[in-house]
Amino acid sequence: MAGIPHDRYQPRHWLEKWLHRRLPVVSLVYDTLMIPTPKNLNWMWIWGVVLTFCLVMQIVTGIALAMHYTSHVDMAFASVEHIMRNVNSGWALRYLHTNGASLFFFAAYCHMFRSLYYGSYKAPREITWIIGMLIYVLMMGTAFMGYVLPWGQMSFWAATVISGLFGAIPGIGEPIQTWLLGGPAVDNATLNRFFSLHYLLPFILAGLVVVHIWAFHTTGNSNPTGVEVRRDSKEVAARDTVPFWPYYVVKDLFALVAILIVFFAIIGFMPNYLGHPDNYIEANPLVTPEHIVPEWYFLPFYAILRAFTSDVWIVQLTSFLTGGIIDAKFFGVMAMFGSIIVLVLAPWLDTSSIRSGRYRPMLKWWFGLLVLDFIVLTWAGARPAEGIYAIISLAGAAYWFIYFLIILPILGVLEEPESPPPTIEEDFNAHYPPTSRAEERGTA
Amino acid sequence: MFRIVATAFSLAIAGAGSPGLSAGGATHVEDFSFSFEGPFGKFDQAQLQRGLIVYQEVCAACHGLRYVPLRTLADEGGPGLIEGELKAFVQNYEVFDPELDDYRTAKPTDHFPVNDSVGAPDLSLMAKARVGFSGPMGTGLTQFFRGGGGPEYMASILTSYTGEEMAEADTTLYANEAFSGGWISMAPPLEDGIVEFADGSPNSVHELASDVTAFLTWAAEPKMMARKRAGLTAVVLLLLLSVLLYLTNKKLWAPIKNRKAG
Repeated sequence: MAGIPHDRYQPRHWLEKWLHRRLPVVSLVYDTLMIPTPKNLNWMWIWGVVLTFCLVMQIVTGIALAMHYTSHVDMAFASVEHIMRNVNSGWALRYLHTNGASLFFFAAYCHMFRSLYYGSYKAPREITWIIGMLIYVLMMGTAFMGYVLPWGQMSFWAATVISGLFGAIPGIGEPIQTWLLGGPAVDNATLNRFFSLHYLLPFILAGLVVVHIWAFHTTGNSNPTGVEVRRDSKEVAARDTVPFWPYYVVKDLFALVAILIVFFAIIGFMPNYLGHPDNYIEANPLVTPEHIVPEWYFLPFYAILRAFTSDVWIVQLTSFLTGGIIDAKFFGVMAMFGSIIVLVLAPWLDTSSIRSGRYRPMLKWWFGLLVLDFIVLTWAGARPAEGIYAIISLAGAAYWFIYFLIILPILGVLEEPESPPPTIEEDFNAHYPPTSRAEERGTA
Repeated sequence: MFRIVATAFSLAIAGAGSPGLSAGGATHVEDFSFSFEGPFGKFDQAQLQRGLIVYQEVCAACHGLRYVPLRTLADEGGPGLIEGELKAFVQNYEVFDPELDDYRTAKPTDHFPVNDSVGAPDLSLMAKARVGFSGPMGTGLTQFFRGGGGPEYMASILTSYTGEEMAEADTTLYANEAFSGGWISMAPPLEDGIVEFADGSPNSVHELASDVTAFLTWAAEPKMMARKRAGLTAVVLLLLLSVLLYLTNKKLWAPIKNRKAG
């Protein structure tokens, strides 16, 4: 494996040598855990471990839940109540699983915005970033299908609204929608395929996570300075890094446990806080809820979807130019998918020669505004799409695209970046200055 | 900077997570004070038993509890009927048995019967399917110590009839200040003293509404007591673990961070 030079696993005992010649599995684990990691990582580099924990927790609780769940429109809702009332600790499994999805997305957003600020996505880590985005898209698909399984009112109507997005594609939309749903409307066939895919996708996700980790173990971790670890020799590399085990394992575990305190407080004391009350009403195709609201983690993109109504000039212009083929609904769908595509393209849209936002005085402000924008869109997505909320959503959606398509490319030219420290070692020493012998005598 | 961002982000999630009040004009939901609110809140067993009586004598005429197994009335953390009481209580119900293709007297292993005789909604999950309030500023964070507002909403419906009536088509609607739109098709179900308790507990409309709401909250979330206990245990243990990990981490990094200049 390429990467930063470091001590590799050396089999010593005859049994180790025997195994190593046949299957170097110990070496794989050892070299992965002992990877030299920049010693200046801050607390925003903990999310990877939190995310890994989430994936494992979701798979474990999910497998147990699937043992008791029935994917049939007449029985799904009742089977969830069976889990809540009759299955031993079933309530705990279910609340862990539903709130686990929220923790998963919260951590994913922190992880992504960390990458965006510190330029972790930039060369040579584009592949890591793209695989990360694939993971994110799969997560969204998995979470969305999982939300349909309890067959509550929001389950049903979210499935109806979101599958309707595909129906908005001109010409071929309706056949695609019918094919996805397995019929003209959300029904038993839909529920069954969603259950099947909800079980399958996490394992594909786990595979992608392995590739994601492999990719950054080749390039090395990014770090807050954006300066690369020196690779001249093992000794030089060791001045910039510490091995992942035990230094970051313990640090990340501490962060994970601190986060889990809040997580378990939510599960113990307000487990339905992030859910919607309407999902405790069984799905009824004849009654539409007053407001159809997705789970919080989809809200920013939901806000972008709804922002482009037919009275917006760019929608009218597009509709006019395409002879009405691209109407407001399809425009909204394209905007929503586009908002994720610009994220994927970030490594090529960012033209700056400096990696980390820490040394980019102008980017700092625009990036801060992007985070604020994301928060505002999350908030606006939960409100009814009318009046002031529609205007806020539109402004928020516009800034999202402006940031990626205009600000990121031109900032690289306009901005006068500060100079990052030449090495990680110097950055670390600036934070934790080594005490000289003289000083030590003085204090003693 | 990330600290600010993280805080703001958490607040946004909080704001987005709470679905807000059910729209439809100004409704008034009274903030009842229930024993089961907050992280340490518990169900009051005597109140659950009174609530069961109110449900059985008043609500059950029109509303079912289809997801609630009768045997759970004897469970810990619930009304806690003793065996004889449970056996006697289930005699109140007739359930449809598909094997007999006929109705028969209920057994403890049966659920409360489905009741859609007049199209009234099932109450098994009502306490979790409604929101009464979501303060402060729409974040709903108050539910941490005041509950989700669903129970308050239900109790308020029972106590907020103004006495006005309106005939519409062939049904009568009743003015209710807690109900979205202001007019509800359920006739006022409670009146002072409509249910008598053997132990002489107070039975004003307000008390009866409070009791039956407590019972229905248990029906919707029967494992609440176990959940809060487990949550508390988890939080305490994780706090301890986090202290240990903090100290381990500090000690581990000390030689890296405080080293002598070479």
